[in-house]
Amino acid sequence: MLFPFVQRPPDPTRVVVTGAGVVSPLGCGWERNAAGFREGRAAFKALTVFDASRQRTAMAGEITFPDSLPESRLDARRVARLERAGRALLHAGIEAWTQSGPPSGENVPIVLGTTSGGMTLGEEYYRQAVESPEDDRGQSTRVSGYQAQRQALDLMAALGINGPLNLIANACASGANAVGHAFEMVRSRRANVALAGGYDGLSHLVFAGFDSLQALSTTTCRPFDASRDGLMLGEGAAVLVLENLASASKRGAPILGEVIGYGATTDTHHLTQPQPAGDAALRSMTLACETAALNPADVDYINAHGTGTPLNDSAEAGAINRWAGSAVDAVKVSSTKGSIGHLLGAAGAVEVVVTLMALQGRWVPPSPATRKIDPLCRFDYVTAPMDCDLEHALTNSFGFGGANATVALRRWR
Amino acid sequence: MSRIFVHGSGAVSPAGWGREPLIAALREGREIESVALERPGRSEPLWCRRVPAPPQRPAFFTHPRLRRVSPITRFATAAALEALGDDRARVEAGELRVGVVYCVMAGCVNYSRRFYDEAWRDPATASPLVFPETVFNAPASHLSALLGSAELNHTLVGDDTAFVHGLVTAAGWLTEGHVDGVLVIGAEECDWLTADALRLFEPDLATGEGAGAIYLKSNRSERSAGELTLITDPHLFLPGTTREPAVSKVHGEIGKGAECLVDSGAGGRERHRMEQRVWRDRTGPRWSPRRQFGFAFTAATAWQFVAAVAALEEHATVAVAVEGTNQEAIGARLER
Repeated sequence: MLFPFVQRPPDPTRVVVTGAGVVSPLGCGWERNAAGFREGRAAFKALTVFDASRQRTAMAGEITFPDSLPESRLDARRVARLERAGRALLHAGIEAWTQSGPPSGENVPIVLGTTSGGMTLGEEYYRQAVESPEDDRGQSTRVSGYQAQRQALDLMAALGINGPLNLIANACASGANAVGHAFEMVRSRRANVALAGGYDGLSHLVFAGFDSLQALSTTTCRPFDASRDGLMLGEGAAVLVLENLASASKRGAPILGEVIGYGATTDTHHLTQPQPAGDAALRSMTLACETAALNPADVDYINAHGTGTPLNDSAEAGAINRWAGSAVDAVKVSSTKGSIGHLLGAAGAVEVVVTLMALQGRWVPPSPATRKIDPLCRFDYVTAPMDCDLEHALTNSFGFGGANATVALRRWR
Repeated sequence: MSRIFVHGSGAVSPAGWGREPLIAALREGREIESVALERPGRSEPLWCRRVPAPPQRPAFFTHPRLRRVSPITRFATAAALEALGDDRARVEAGELRVGVVYCVMAGCVNYSRRFYDEAWRDPATASPLVFPETVFNAPASHLSALLGSAELNHTLVGDDTAFVHGLVTAAGWLTEGHVDGVLVIGAEECDWLTADALRLFEPDLATGEGAGAIYLKSNRSERSAGELTLITDPHLFLPGTTREPAVSKVHGEIGKGAECLVDSGAGGRERHRMEQRVWRDRTGPRWSPRRQFGFAFTAATAWQFVAAVAALEEHATVAVAVEGTNQEAIGARLER
């Protein structure tokens, strides 16, 4: 049963990452992504998934999928029906689960973040409903396939997992909230193992939405640059296997890093704009560090939300400055959205994985296109590849509707 | 062991604005009449049980964040404020930390359909005013803004059962001491697009719209209307599986000893739904909000819980069974 919670020892347990899979515009898999992020490679190209000729920009971070999916338990019929978001999720999930060992799939909770599920199928459904209103062929498949629970159930079937399913749609913080929520489930011993992640595919509706708000860059994404002019959208997925340290050690699972803290708050200033001083962002970082028992001076690196929009980056810069206080000069900050764009519901989870890569590999992912750093940034903003011994890191995600989340991570020794 | 108590409930439904019209209609067995929704390009209409206009314009309609919102936000907000009751003042004064878990299946479909139609026809003219309201978590964000609450706020998506997972999320936050109370809300709005999608699977059913909210705390007080004592495991509708075993498991886990049942039966021919078959031998009081108020996904599940809380006035134990549309079956029990 899900409730009441079974009585557990009161002390929280340590939560380690025993598997991590990632798909981004840089490619499929940990190795390819680690190499790309370490170099600070930018992966934007002209959109092919829909006609963007009437948009202010036609560039985005689009995934180039391999010809086939890795082997899984999902039947061929379901595989054939996958759209982009579901396909990305499966790639990431299978990589993470395989890497982790894997443990038994019985009663493993899964927590995923997404903003739009299989939206491209929703768009197809709508176009057919309007253009050929009497033609129902394929419509029931589209309407089922568009819903986020469809992609999640496919992932569970592919991996042979059976457990509670939580789908968080907290806009651009969804992926980080999913990792944080799963962290709390394992930490409080409500689960030994949990799968967490985020995914989203490029869709015309969402692209047109950001374009209508004039939030998309017409040049390129330059987070924290003094002349930044907006974000670029991307698509991708990341899935992590979070596990109780004792359980992971007992079965000899590989350990990629440790999740040590999580904070989440709500910015009530405006639906689409952060409060200029970044108060909720500051509190989110503070809460994550309280859980992790970290002081700002202990944090070596922050993977910033850093979308490249003027308002987001200035609010976040202010929040980081205030949070770090006298330690601000020493903390290294970068935004990997300069490499792959804003992956929306996937962003937070992908950025957790990038931060784990950085901690494990001892490097800082640079922001490739940022040239003239905004003078608001009192921290060490990294724009070129850098090798660096990192011990603790934060990753920030701040979304539409004021959904703010911060995840704290520690290098595994 | 963690204990979770219901401190309030609220509803907006085709029966009216507030918990009382919903409960009165359930007690009377009164079905709310469906109205025809025009379906562009098809001659036959679709059917929906609509929420009537409120008898008085709620004050929150004029809040700067809520002036241009779609119906789903208004339904969710009204239900949440009713459930929160007098605690609203304490939240606004910063004396009480209240989290929000907002659950949807179709979500902000009015504005999403409108915006996508604009974007499809000519993206250069798509409205920047409409797009933000299409985002799943917009209603939950507006609610936190109205309350001035910076506390935890999650929007959960899924089928009808997402609301039950919302209760579990709330229980976790309360147990860990993140907040003092949690509003769990389910909300949906009518649109021809949703009704047309339902037609493909359940052609005899009318959609519904509205919201329900349950306010939870971890302490018992004079205001407590009951205790949430059990939420079953979810029994998933994984590819290649059939529904009946899942629904049967829920029956086995919550049925025994429950004096009253609130189920997710919706009427029609129930071609794809197993709940009626599995619970056919059940005797005793039984409410099925979807039959009377329409197929309203997460909102209807929220009404089930609002009804269950009301049923605790007469029954010591109430079971709530939810057969989701396409995700899982799950159940819960509440006790006086």
